[in-house]
Amino acid sequence: MSQQNRIEGGQIDRSRSLSFSFDGIRYQGHPGDTLASALLANGVRLMGRGFKYHRPRGPISAGSEEPNAIVELRGGARREPNTRATVAELHDGLEAASQNRWPSLKFDALAINDRLSPFFAAGFYYKTFMWPKAFWEKLYEPMIRRAAGLGSLSMEPDPDAYDKGFLHCDVLIIGAGPAGLAAALTAGRAGARVILADEDFRMGGRLNAETHAIGDQAGADWAAAAVAELAAMPNLRLMHRTTVLGAYDHGIYSALERVADHLAEPPAGKPRQILWRIYSRRAILCAGATERPIAFENNDRPGIMMAGAVRSYVNRWAAAPGKRIAIFTNNDDGLRTEADLRARGIEVAAVIDSRKGEMVTDSSGRLGLTGITVRGADGQSRTIPCEALAVSGGWNPNLQLTCHQRNRPVWNDALQAFVPESLPSGLSVAGAAGGVFSTHGALTTGTGAAVAALADLGVTATPATLPRAEDAPYAIKPLWYVPHTKGRAWVDQQNDVTVKDIKLAKQENFTSVEHLKRYTTLGMATDQGKTSNVTGLAVMAELTGKSIPETGTTIYRPPYTPVPIAAYAGRSAGKDFRPTRLTPSHTWAAEQGAVFVEVGMWLRAQWFPRKGETHWRHSVDREVLTTRAAVGICDVTTLGKVDVQGTDAAEFLNRIYANPFAKLPVGRVRYGLMLREDGIAMDDGTAARLAEDHFVVTTTTANAVGVYRHMEFCRQCLWPDMDVQLISTTEAWAQFSVAGPKARDLLQKIVDQDISNEAFPYMACAGITVCGGLRARLFRISFSGELAYEIAVPTRYGDGLIRRMSALAEDMGGCVYGTEALGVMRIEKGHVAGNELNGTTTALNLGMAGMVSKKKDAIGSTLSEREGLNQPDALNVVGLRPVNPAEALAAGSHLINRDAEANAANDQGYLTSVCHSPHVGSSIALAFLKNGANRKGETLRAVNPLKDTEVLVEVVSPHFVDPEGERLRG
Amino acid sequence: MIINHPLLGPRDAQEFTYLGDANLIDRPDWQADGAGQAFYEYLYLRDNPAGLHRELWYHEQGDRSWLVVTRNISTHEITKVELARDVARAKGRGK
Amino acid sequence: MDNLALLPRCALGGDKPEARLIGGLRISENPGLAMASLAARAGQEGDVLKAARKLTGFALPGPGGMAGAGDWQAFWAGPGQWLLTAPFASHEDIARIVKSAVAGAASVTEQTDGWVRFEIAGARICEMFERLCNVDVRAMKSGQATRCQIEHLGSFLLCQEAGAAFSVLTLRSGARSMFHALETAARSLP
Repeated sequence: MSQQNRIEGGQIDRSRSLSFSFDGIRYQGHPGDTLASALLANGVRLMGRGFKYHRPRGPISAGSEEPNAIVELRGGARREPNTRATVAELHDGLEAASQNRWPSLKFDALAINDRLSPFFAAGFYYKTFMWPKAFWEKLYEPMIRRAAGLGSLSMEPDPDAYDKGFLHCDVLIIGAGPAGLAAALTAGRAGARVILADEDFRMGGRLNAETHAIGDQAGADWAAAAVAELAAMPNLRLMHRTTVLGAYDHGIYSALERVADHLAEPPAGKPRQILWRIYSRRAILCAGATERPIAFENNDRPGIMMAGAVRSYVNRWAAAPGKRIAIFTNNDDGLRTEADLRARGIEVAAVIDSRKGEMVTDSSGRLGLTGITVRGADGQSRTIPCEALAVSGGWNPNLQLTCHQRNRPVWNDALQAFVPESLPSGLSVAGAAGGVFSTHGALTTGTGAAVAALADLGVTATPATLPRAEDAPYAIKPLWYVPHTKGRAWVDQQNDVTVKDIKLAKQENFTSVEHLKRYTTLGMATDQGKTSNVTGLAVMAELTGKSIPETGTTIYRPPYTPVPIAAYAGRSAGKDFRPTRLTPSHTWAAEQGAVFVEVGMWLRAQWFPRKGETHWRHSVDREVLTTRAAVGICDVTTLGKVDVQGTDAAEFLNRIYANPFAKLPVGRVRYGLMLREDGIAMDDGTAARLAEDHFVVTTTTANAVGVYRHMEFCRQCLWPDMDVQLISTTEAWAQFSVAGPKARDLLQKIVDQDISNEAFPYMACAGITVCGGLRARLFRISFSGELAYEIAVPTRYGDGLIRRMSALAEDMGGCVYGTEALGVMRIEKGHVAGNELNGTTTALNLGMAGMVSKKKDAIGSTLSEREGLNQPDALNVVGLRPVNPAEALAAGSHLINRDAEANAANDQGYLTSVCHSPHVGSSIALAFLKNGANRKGETLRAVNPLKDTEVLVEVVSPHFVDPEGERLRG
Repeated sequence: MIINHPLLGPRDAQEFTYLGDANLIDRPDWQADGAGQAFYEYLYLRDNPAGLHRELWYHEQGDRSWLVVTRNISTHEITKVELARDVARAKGRGK
Repeated sequence: MDNLALLPRCALGGDKPEARLIGGLRISENPGLAMASLAARAGQEGDVLKAARKLTGFALPGPGGMAGAGDWQAFWAGPGQWLLTAPFASHEDIARIVKSAVAGAASVTEQTDGWVRFEIAGARICEMFERLCNVDVRAMKSGQATRCQIEHLGSFLLCQEAGAAFSVLTLRSGARSMFHALETAARSLP
């Protein structure tokens, strides 16, 4: 049967039908429906199973606060668990499925939990299943996890895209009910930049759900006209399907716009959702209020829902939750349901007004409500058959965003609700969110808030002329739960928390709200207690005999509603996780079949496999041996380069490096060691003096950003009057290392000037030209221990230069090498790098104590003299080789004396850098060893408890290659 | 948070990196008596007020200015933003 | 001696610059400008302003500003710092040209190949940049310039024509990633 509960009217488009499925059964609905309204129209009330006890559940709300009707949407990789049927916009072909049931929603085997409920009371997992201990992880926890819970993931990558974005406005208006629309009309007409965001796909808030008139119009029509006027304003941005999630410092808000959730799938390239960061000068919270239930025995059957939700389904969606509906209320607002139902021709079974001493005490119906038990003022009980029960326990203002910066709401006795008091700076509240529940009040406060916000910004706004609107009193008399209930009365239906559970928490002295929450799980999970928190607190207050404000308040954190993790990731997923920086030789290297490695954001060639090389070691060993025998070329552009200029440039470097720079001659390069102020090594590099007042400083690839920041700190904060200017030139120059005995021969073929040893000695630098006049820079520095140069050309010529040089190298028996061979050669030469400059080591540890000048002030020099850093048994860099050359060393191994037990007390040091050295013919290592400078020739054990290995090693000089440095100078 | 940059106006704090107490400007004289102790105190000893705090922020994704931001660290209210270079000069720092 | 000239490459890797037209938004790589940084020496800002005006014909802009005339354009990069651009074909040696003009009053550094520059134009450009950076692009006036972060990369955003044309400069090594981000944002628009 099709849409048997669909009635006349509503804001749905009956000219079109949409086909959708729920648990494999096909139904029809209309544009404008939600999944919940369409299912109700089709007579489906059962939409889920409870979290712990697997009791049958249906929707209790018509909004984002829904705790029960939690479903999986869509199929395949697009399956999304834990979505609320009450806000899922219907589209043609929508597939939805219930969750947390097996084998089917109507027959759920785990409903047995309901019979076992005494075992599952609050805190059950702290008490039961305790023994034997080993069973918890293997048996009990997996079992509970399977039985209790929410939906399941598709386990496939999400095929959709999610965007992030940034918006700016004078006034952000959160919520487009009567208050928000009135505020937007006032601010928009005044010409301010306004954003109006609402989580619904139809703006208007309760105006769409109620039958109140505004002026001479139906409320919904007035809202539609207001939205049409706002949509035409160029200074106002309407954001439908957009939930403002969080309020952050200084007017920053986050919001999630569901751009394509209402489509079968997003158009190609378009995002499913956008996470916005909104910068506002002022914001107005018009988020309305949420109705709360009254707890009574078996108040969780499908068909029992909030009175306001019943009116929403009937008035907005023309979907009757039942043919015969009863009403249970403790306030006048709930009473209005009766007239609305009668106007739609729905039979009202009974109106139970607790203020008159009547109570609903129980309900019946296995998979949906069939009747209720009512105890009259006279104490007599009677049963009333009905298919739905509209309950109103009063309304809680949606003040969550006012709490995101630790502001706390206050209790209002007349409203029996928490209302905002102190507010985050720049935020004001209007309408029901501020406890003003009438339509008239919403329009008035919305307008007033807009005028005040604009006045703060220096704009005079004319308040919109307000039409007549409902201004009825609310007249609530609190009733949180029906007294004398024997069975289970549900307070939090999403977490299956009952009044009894709260009593148990009280009995066990978990009376503070924060303890109550954690002990019972009240208010956790996807709805964050929107319908249950205040009730739970009120029940605890009654039990302890305290007032509600004495008992406490709950405070809220972002996000207001659940957000897919994918939205937080945005486009930064998969290979776009972060940008990739490519070296000037990248295209050429890729053509050569290079294997690349990520170094920070950089992609660098790791090695260049050649035909017949089946293991990376083949390639790396060849690259090392070829370089040492002939010539090798490596792209070193990634090293940070900072241009340092000014009349005080030399003195500046003198202060940021531990070693002296003031007297470095023009045309020379010097190695520099930079310390942190605490005396620990920060970075190393070279500084080349191109002119009296001009240096180029290099940093390691990894520290380029941090070193630049440090240099700016020194320049601006420590020595503000020094004449020194900094700018990064890392990217401006393509820089290549050319190393090996034939390096000079190769370079001389392209460099226009004489670079003989006499004309261009070790540690020389100069501006030169190459290939017939192209400006370039040449530095005679070496990282490999070989005769070596670094040559730089403007980056656009880097590709041309590597092509030219690699061809020349090939002719000379040389090659291009990658970062792996670079690493091997620096270890063979005993050059320290990142593994040794690891944030714990000093110049002394690094074998560079002599470099720290005592004759000048430099960052770190004073504190490097601390006693603790200068003990006789301080760590020193040493070289290691295995006594048995066939054995391999492992970085991270610790050094232990031969006869000592391998424990922390006997630790002598550790291995930092390890490689296979084709030059030595075995594994070698650099290591820190206590008093290592004086222990050459000793034999120690390199112990690695993680790999369970132990290798006998000999302490040697860290300079495995050319210890005298003759090759460098040759 | 929003930091009102003295030259560029309001900018998102995400563009900045944080260093710490603005007293890091007061680097001691290396030649003074007790310089070791002075450097130790300079580097390691900090007040930790629950209230107004002067701190160094660096506009890394902006103009590379170091700023001294006076911020109430209980409320995040920012009451003053200055160029660190001006602050350093006012404190008598020069070359 | 090898006198064969080296062939230049564009930042995106091609012999020629790349361009895309997506939904009315044109995104094009612009390799045609040389660039140099200019930083006033201590206490010599006045001399720099004078010398720069003589070279370019206009006053160097203040914080957040950009100015241009004839071959030259300049934008503010930091206190006492500017970036100057001029056509690459005629000013490949821009650093030397600027340096001789300021005659020691400023530090000058070649920046031409430190950056990749994209020109973006189209009616929906503000919508596009709302997906890319936190700059209030709708409020940006012609002749405003700011540094910002786009696609995790430090960048300059220059407003050439309010609401219609912007330039983006970022690290040259990030050219591919930036181009991809720009294309993606353009394609994202409804």
